Amino acid sequence: MAADLPPSTSLQPPTNKRFNWRTFPWWLVAIGLIIAYMGFRIISDPAYTNIFEAILTGLGTTLMVTGISFICALILGLLLGLGRVSRNVLLRNISIGYIEFIRGVPILVLIFTISFAVVPALSKGMGLDPSKISLIARAIIALVLIYAAYIAEIFRAGIESISRGQMEAARSLGLTHAQAMRYVILPQAFRNVLPALGNDLIAILKDSSLVSVLGVREITQVSRLSVSSSFKYEETYFILTAFYLTMTLVLSLLLQWLQRKMSSNVH
Amino acid sequence: MSTKLATANQPMISISNVSKFFGDFRALDDVSLTVDRGEVLMIVGPSGSGKSTLLRCINHLEVPDAGEIIIDGKHVKPQERELNAIRAEVGMVFQRFELFPHLTVLENICLAQQKVRKSSRSESEKVARGLLEKVGIPEQANKYPPKLSGGQQQRVAIARSLAMQPKVILFDEPTSALDPEMINEVLDVMLTLAREGMTMVVVSHEMGFARKAAHQVVFMDGGTIVEQGTPEQVFGAPQHERTKLFLSRILH
Repeated sequence: MAADLPPSTSLQPPTNKRFNWRTFPWWLVAIGLIIAYMGFRIISDPAYTNIFEAILTGLGTTLMVTGISFICALILGLLLGLGRVSRNVLLRNISIGYIEFIRGVPILVLIFTISFAVVPALSKGMGLDPSKISLIARAIIALVLIYAAYIAEIFRAGIESISRGQMEAARSLGLTHAQAMRYVILPQAFRNVLPALGNDLIAILKDSSLVSVLGVREITQVSRLSVSSSFKYEETYFILTAFYLTMTLVLSLLLQWLQRKMSSNVH
Repeated sequence: MSTKLATANQPMISISNVSKFFGDFRALDDVSLTVDRGEVLMIVGPSGSGKSTLLRCINHLEVPDAGEIIIDGKHVKPQERELNAIRAEVGMVFQRFELFPHLTVLENICLAQQKVRKSSRSESEKVARGLLEKVGIPEQANKYPPKLSGGQQQRVAIARSLAMQPKVILFDEPTSALDPEMINEVLDVMLTLAREGMTMVVVSHEMGFARKAAHQVVFMDGGTIVEQGTPEQVFGAPQHERTKLFLSRILH
């Protein structure tokens, strides 16, 4: 058996600094050039500048919707994921039912259903006036409820990726099931699912464009409004595309850097 | 109550008529066994003989389908709270070490002390450093387990179970995942514990350890105890054909 391996090494890239045209990220250069070209047009062409400034007014909303939705979906997703692997039959079935329900319906449809049917019904049930709940709040609620189901599956996979022996070792020391989860299983699971969670952050950023259908003034909606009066389709949608591309690229590079840092630091 | 007077004579572990099924497979068939205080019991047998299952039944990592297990006068039952209290007093050392890779060696040894015994951080670290000294690797305290060799990891695992001041330690093939040159450093620690009077149940084929430390050897096959006695009896003059066959295979 190859069980007694030397201490495992961290996944650091080889320290070979020499330029290698085969492994060089040419795609990144290409996308960078596209973004740079758009930047150049925005600076040099007044038509582009105006549209850029118009779209910029929606950036704060896009980032806020994405950020709040992701953090809340992370918490709800963790709870659902724990329910998904729970030994309690009721909890497990509620979690699985919820996850399968959400994953079986298109996101766009769910945004309509949650914003215009679920939220009003629930708020009436709680004695609140549905018209007082802003569209942006409904958009966030919808994204949280949807993405919690996807994130729950990530957490489930993460928890199940930890070998049974870890739980047994923790339990045989006298830790309760909850303590073993909290101190032994979840910290390891969380580290394993970090890349998948990063992907979902990027996915929420992109899907936040869908809440434009509610009239929330994030960058997609602002672009649509701008086009409807200027008729500058080409300029507007190229710039909007460059906005998303820049944000997802920056996020993805940031996440890669974070991951590399974590794997080289800890072990 | 007379229970207090009786404890000195009462066995540390008493296993009565334990059976365990995995589906239709009968892993343990009506097994009874006692382990006295300070006794080192070795369980040997071919793979699939039920030896690991028996060990795992003692602290209910596997819940027996029939029979009862009494540890230090306490009946082991599947009820969570009592079971947690009993498990805290029964150490377990695994074949694959099962150290917590996201915690340092020191944190591995401190975790249960702090969360189960509610010891303070400084108190538990003092205990942990003392135990690392005892198993011979005090300099590894702040490393993460994957950085250690297999032998060092297993010694940390032993220190981790000792930190709970267990009444018994169960060893599930503690040296079979180790390279040959690391086996002795682990067996030496186990020998020390045996000499200090720790009650130990060891599933292993280490004959050297059995001869030096075991008081009783049990040979299992097909989910039953085929033969038991002192190491001299079982290894030197086995009575049953199955025992002879098995020993001839592992002793070459």
